Amino acid sequence: MATPFNAALENLRATRVWKSIFRRGPALTNRTRSIAVFGNLFLHWLPVKVREKSLRVRAAYYLGSLSLLLFILLVVTGVLLMFYYHPAAPNAYRDMKDLRFVVSNGVFLRNMHRIGAHLMVLLVFWHMFHVFYRGGYKPPHEFNWVIGVVLLLITLFLSYTGYLLPWDQLAFWAVTVGTNIISAMPVIGSKVRFVALGGNIVGENALLRFYVLHVVILPLLAFLFIGVHFWRVQKDGGLTVRTRDDDGTNKD
Amino acid sequence: MTMEPTKIEAGFSSDAKKEPRRIVFITRNTSAKVTDERGPKLMTYPNLLVREAIVFEVLVVIMVLIALFWDAPLEQLANPLLTPNPAKAPWYFLGLQELLHFFPPFVAGILIPTLVLIALVVIPYFKVNVEGKPLWDENPGKRLGIVMGVVVALLILLAVFDAWTIIVPTALVAGLLLTAYFSKASTGWLGILRGKSLPWWIMTWFIATAICLTVVGTIFRGPGWSWVWPWGTHAG
Repeated sequence: MATPFNAALENLRATRVWKSIFRRGPALTNRTRSIAVFGNLFLHWLPVKVREKSLRVRAAYYLGSLSLLLFILLVVTGVLLMFYYHPAAPNAYRDMKDLRFVVSNGVFLRNMHRIGAHLMVLLVFWHMFHVFYRGGYKPPHEFNWVIGVVLLLITLFLSYTGYLLPWDQLAFWAVTVGTNIISAMPVIGSKVRFVALGGNIVGENALLRFYVLHVVILPLLAFLFIGVHFWRVQKDGGLTVRTRDDDGTNKD
Repeated sequence: MTMEPTKIEAGFSSDAKKEPRRIVFITRNTSAKVTDERGPKLMTYPNLLVREAIVFEVLVVIMVLIALFWDAPLEQLANPLLTPNPAKAPWYFLGLQELLHFFPPFVAGILIPTLVLIALVVIPYFKVNVEGKPLWDENPGKRLGIVMGVVVALLILLAVFDAWTIIVPTALVAGLLLTAYFSKASTGWLGILRGKSLPWWIMTWFIATAICLTVVGTIFRGPGWSWVWPWGTHAG
């Protein structure tokens, strides 16, 4: 206990500055551990206590947490990418070339963002199906399931709007194919497509619109709904913990 | 201000017992549960936070390893005059693109996605999904008739459109459904299948179809949306 490191830590905790930041003693009692969670803006949407069963890997494979962590990673790498990117044609494509040949670790940065995006789509789907098979949508969790469906849509739109930004053949034709589907909507199809693209073809206006959606509107919406989603997990009584599985055998 | 007399009055009648009693009403949709069955609780700090940190580290390590060895693709500058064959959407929309190959654009691109979305949203608001009773436990004969009628009608409809990448997973899941019906087992994987509910079967059919469509659309479709083998070379 009395190692130099611990002694230094004790001294640090005794300072006025430390106390002004954390406003609690060391988290050695359940009371101070509770304050550590609900007295902290970044943790207060978590419950103070969690069921031991819901911490097990098989309860949820941490898929919801992983999706949130991926979102944070994507915001960080995305902001870094924004420093090197112009949402204009053909500058956007030149920026991709710069990321590959000029910017230090530019390829790595782009790779991390792209892999994160694909993983997030994959994990959000997996999360949804896993919650379904666990019966996690059942009362009182009904509304949180609906918010989850909204988050799935936001994730898909985030990924899809990002797909256009490199402005290469892959991006251009993927978005052309996708937005052509909108035209099949009866009556208002071509109007909706015009609004989405800012024109009749995928051009510079579409690039700018997708960029604004990708870096401002959709991340803000995602942030909002993720907040509500996690908040509701706590308010609805935590993760669904089953005492017995559907076939009557105890698997937990 | 006048108040109407309340319709219900509380009080003690002459034969009331001295000791108060607690009354619990158990309605049809809720069941009395002993909360302890869900197990003990632990402090979030540090139990959950430490695990989240470990999950985050594992995630970052895996992503860095992939990012070091697998570069993001970059093709030629976007050119509206040069259409690649096939022009493909991102992988998560290739299931839809595969649907477009079989059905008219309105059906594949608008109607089916909208119906899927509505179906997902309303899942928790239907009693059949909340109760999740085993499909073959009540009136199995009558239910078999209805289910098989729907499956056969669906297969015929799909056959009219030549949508065989939907027919295959549909037939597979229908086969499992029949196996569960005729199975007498109560243990093993047949016993588990026997205990599955109708929503379980529908979701499993949906996921099987979605995976089949997406995989086929991603790696088995070439020029003109024709069938190609991923290991075969083709002029593209």
